[in-house]
Amino acid sequence: MSFFYGPAQALKGIDLDIHEHTVTALIGPSGCGKSTLLRCFNRMHDLTPHTRYEGEILLYPDDVNIVSPDIDPIEVRMRISMVFQKPNPFPKSIYENVAYGLRVRGIRNRGELDGRVEAALRGAALWEEVKDRLDEPGTALSGGQQQRLCIARALATDPEMVLFDEPTSALDPIATASIEDLIISMAGSVTVLIVTHNMQQAARVSSYTAFMYLGELIEYGPTNDLFTRPRQQRTSDYLTGRFG
Amino acid sequence: MASVPAPVTTTSAPIQVEDVRTNVARRRRRDVMFAAVGLIATSIGVITLLALFVDLLIDGYARLTPDFFLSFPSRRAHEAGILSAWVGTCLVMLVTAIIGVPLAVSAGIYLEEYAPRNWITMLLEINVSNLAAVPSIVYGLLALGLFVYALGSGQSILTAGLTLALMILPVIVVATREAVRAVPHTIREAAYSLGATRWQMIRDHLLPYSVPGIATGVIIGLARAIGETAPLITIGALTFIAYLPDPPITSEPPFVNFNWLWSGFTVLPIQMFNWVSRPGTAFHANAAAAGIVIVVLTLAMNGFAIWLRYRLRKRINW
Repeated sequence: MSFFYGPAQALKGIDLDIHEHTVTALIGPSGCGKSTLLRCFNRMHDLTPHTRYEGEILLYPDDVNIVSPDIDPIEVRMRISMVFQKPNPFPKSIYENVAYGLRVRGIRNRGELDGRVEAALRGAALWEEVKDRLDEPGTALSGGQQQRLCIARALATDPEMVLFDEPTSALDPIATASIEDLIISMAGSVTVLIVTHNMQQAARVSSYTAFMYLGELIEYGPTNDLFTRPRQQRTSDYLTGRFG
Repeated sequence: MASVPAPVTTTSAPIQVEDVRTNVARRRRRDVMFAAVGLIATSIGVITLLALFVDLLIDGYARLTPDFFLSFPSRRAHEAGILSAWVGTCLVMLVTAIIGVPLAVSAGIYLEEYAPRNWITMLLEINVSNLAAVPSIVYGLLALGLFVYALGSGQSILTAGLTLALMILPVIVVATREAVRAVPHTIREAAYSLGATRWQMIRDHLLPYSVPGIATGVIIGLARAIGETAPLITIGALTFIAYLPDPPITSEPPFVNFNWLWSGFTVLPIQMFNWVSRPGTAFHANAAAAGIVIVVLTLAMNGFAIWLRYRLRKRINW
């Protein structure tokens, strides 16, 4: 698929298969289009005027083309959720942060909300830390906890896929490690697509890695193969730190 | 400064400490001079307001008795009061707020979140800003033609409330837009990424987080409306009202009553204007007392706005 900001083409004929229930990493130097590609998956670009998708992203199993203008972006975002670069909890309680995705769907049953909030917080390894203070504001948590809260928020709606946009770039090394553990543990139940500027992170968390450069997909394959036996010269140059 | 390091280049003469110090002292003097000028400029406004207020207090303080608030106007100055005026002001403000706030907040949110960026929107925006600069008497003329004659709402509290609502519209629109714009983009993205519609995002996030800014705009708008005289004279507010409108709340079902909307009325500044224009110092004392009430009301509202903004802002941090 391709993507345009006005007349400028930001993604040039990207073609890749993302495997179900695995972690796929997008790496590449700044401005290579990895975040732009990620944001196609939940139609975030629809919020910016004068943008245009071309081609298709087919979502398994029903083969819906999620970038088609006929598909409502809200439908896509109900199936694919996202964790952002900077932790962005709502200035509401911890509980309401996690429950929000369920509330917009019209779920009001308190018992169901309670259960799914707890499950999501457990899934984000945050439950033990916050179970006694669910009414406190989410913004009062530490940076790493806030990001795990955002992950819980993204998991609460049982998405088929979760997008991570450099989720640890605003966090310290310890918080980063806990987020990485979390991403690895999620892989069994949900498909993860993660953008990272940190090659070691891609190597640690992902099964597949795509290397992008100037809006093009240069190389894509199992993470081990890409890091140890890159087929493209540009991939090996980037991995060895010769540019980017 | 203990010592000046030796110059690195040899093209200029060695620096003399005395020269540096005279240079600094000369520029410092200008600095102090400007600070003094600024302080005087700032004080002039505050001192003038203070002097006016003290003058009002001296003239009118003696009239500020409970009777003054509980009496209708009268031909005898010492028996006259502001009962009908402050009740009128309260009811007009109620209508102004009920009509003006939803209109202005909706308009502000539409312009900020929904309106496409094109020349029609730009024209709308320029016009909204210009509305704030239209003299209030013009609103009075508009209201006279539109509400009183065309819509037949009469010389009533309803007409006055509608007129003032129109007048404070731009103030609240601008405040709403600024408050909404201050909500970080990341919060909007978070809401959208969970599948929220635009309206859900606005209702659940933008509006609650914008309340401090919007409330401030509303109060400042109302504080401006409370002192307005010209447009209300234009639509025919009466200056001598010796009765109260029907109460809005009744003891029998359905417990609310809208007759008051159609009632004739007066408001504080008009009552004050009326007393000022009469001969005799006794009425002038009444005018001063009414002036004190208006100034205190306005200051209290502005103070409340500042307090509210401070309190609510503290609760929200992103």
